[in-house]
Amino acid sequence: MSEREVLELLRENARYSTADIARMTDLEEDEVEAAIEELEATGVVCGYQAVVDWDKLEDERVRAEVELNVRLDRETGYDDISQRLARFPQVKALRLVSGDYDFDMEVEGDSIREVSQFISEKVAPVPEITQTVTHYVMTSYKENGIELGDGEDDERLSFSP
Amino acid sequence: MTFELSDRVQTVPPSGIRRFFEIAEERDDVISLGVGEPDFATPWAARDAAITSLEQGKTSYTANRGRRDLREAIADYVADRFDLGYDPDEEIIVTAGASEAVDLAFRAFVDPGDTVAIAQPSYISYEPGVIFAGGEVLPVPTYEEDDFRLTVEGLEEAGADEADMLVLCYPNNPTGAIMPAEDLEPIAEFAREHDLTVLSDEIYAELTYDGEHTSIASFEGMRERTIVFNGFSKAHAMTGLRLGYALGPADAIAAMNKIHQYTMLSAPTTAQYAALEALDSCENDVREMVSQYDRRRQFVLSRFREIGMDVFEAKGAFYCFPEVPEGFTAEEFAEEVLREQGVAVVPGDVFGAGGDGHLRISYATGLDDLREALARIEAFVDEHA
Repeated sequence: MSEREVLELLRENARYSTADIARMTDLEEDEVEAAIEELEATGVVCGYQAVVDWDKLEDERVRAEVELNVRLDRETGYDDISQRLARFPQVKALRLVSGDYDFDMEVEGDSIREVSQFISEKVAPVPEITQTVTHYVMTSYKENGIELGDGEDDERLSFSP
Repeated sequence: MTFELSDRVQTVPPSGIRRFFEIAEERDDVISLGVGEPDFATPWAARDAAITSLEQGKTSYTANRGRRDLREAIADYVADRFDLGYDPDEEIIVTAGASEAVDLAFRAFVDPGDTVAIAQPSYISYEPGVIFAGGEVLPVPTYEEDDFRLTVEGLEEAGADEADMLVLCYPNNPTGAIMPAEDLEPIAEFAREHDLTVLSDEIYAELTYDGEHTSIASFEGMRERTIVFNGFSKAHAMTGLRLGYALGPADAIAAMNKIHQYTMLSAPTTAQYAALEALDSCENDVREMVSQYDRRRQFVLSRFREIGMDVFEAKGAFYCFPEVPEGFTAEEFAEEVLREQGVAVVPGDVFGAGGDGHLRISYATGLDDLREALARIEAFVDEHA
């Protein structure tokens, strides 16, 4: 299915030009454009972002993985809590997960102080939240399927049979 | 003292692409489309199996023919993928790369003076292999107007009816040509009629983008006269692990094993564990790599057409084979584009008859490099052609 193929290529590198994608999928450029428009319109593709290796930048960027436990009541479900939390710009990802805790939340800020304050002042006080466990990210080795850090030099011969 | 080289070694000329290495070394921004190996790393599960085998101290020789469990897995794999039935005890030998298997076959079946017909253009090691074994090479050219497929007319024209052996390599290195079943059938008939032994190198079988790969050994009356070569280098991205295998009738494999047991003894043990895991659990990795190659193939073919260079519609392996523009020989083009633009490609003539006037382009490299390399080739063509 061509739409699926276009999607795979966008996931691989969203900056591939429509011309490149057309060449790789043997579609016409306008067909690729139409497929991308359709994927965007139906919300299958929700956005495009760069994958960043923050360790390569001078500026500090603090990220934390936060485990959240919640207590539900008749009026409040997971969706209600998630909507409340997801609105905060500091929250970069929020997932309901199975296992020892309920939500897995990724938080980003300019300093440890900022992230800590956000969790203690904005997240922990939410009435349904019973526990937060914060893990600060020390080093990231892989993001969005892309390995970070310096790749090894390719020492293969320029020519081979 | 100086060594007195054997006539056989002196007969074989040095590699035609050696000179290109020297030019490539003059620049530090060379993009190589000359490498005939995957740019992917071996699937992790296979690497992990190799590591585990080392941790467990499995570093001894294996049976000469390879571990039995690996031979069983190979038998299951070729039965499943290519409809080939071989007995793991007597009809399969595991070797240090498919190249070793090819060499064993030449040494086991070629007598001095025997004639070996080779469908060309082809992988550059067959010809020296025949010469080292004392045989004589009969080139059988294939041509772009026939989609680089081997035809009975081509075989007859070259005089292959008088040959003792025929070497095939499909999907083909360097052209990317494939031989569908309907084209192989008459070749099989020719081999039976003229009592030819067939060596069929099918190392690129998984990398077939248009239809399914058919092995010549699957035709009636061919199994008993054919040796099939395959291995893990290409589809499983395991070039450095050096693991291949040959399939054939018991007496033929026994003869190859006789040479193997006195020279290689057994294929690398660590690699055999990796290969076993590759067959067992890496099918999805292979499928993913093949689909990536297919996209790159379409990209490269499309770009060559845009540049205005005629290019053969490669349907297998990871090479394409464009024609050089008028006014250049393949070697001149390859040398100049390397010197001026820092793009390394291989002139088609090094692959034998029928390859002149073409370039072998490997697209087993990342899309960013392919895009840049083709932009440089375009600039070169715009300026000179």
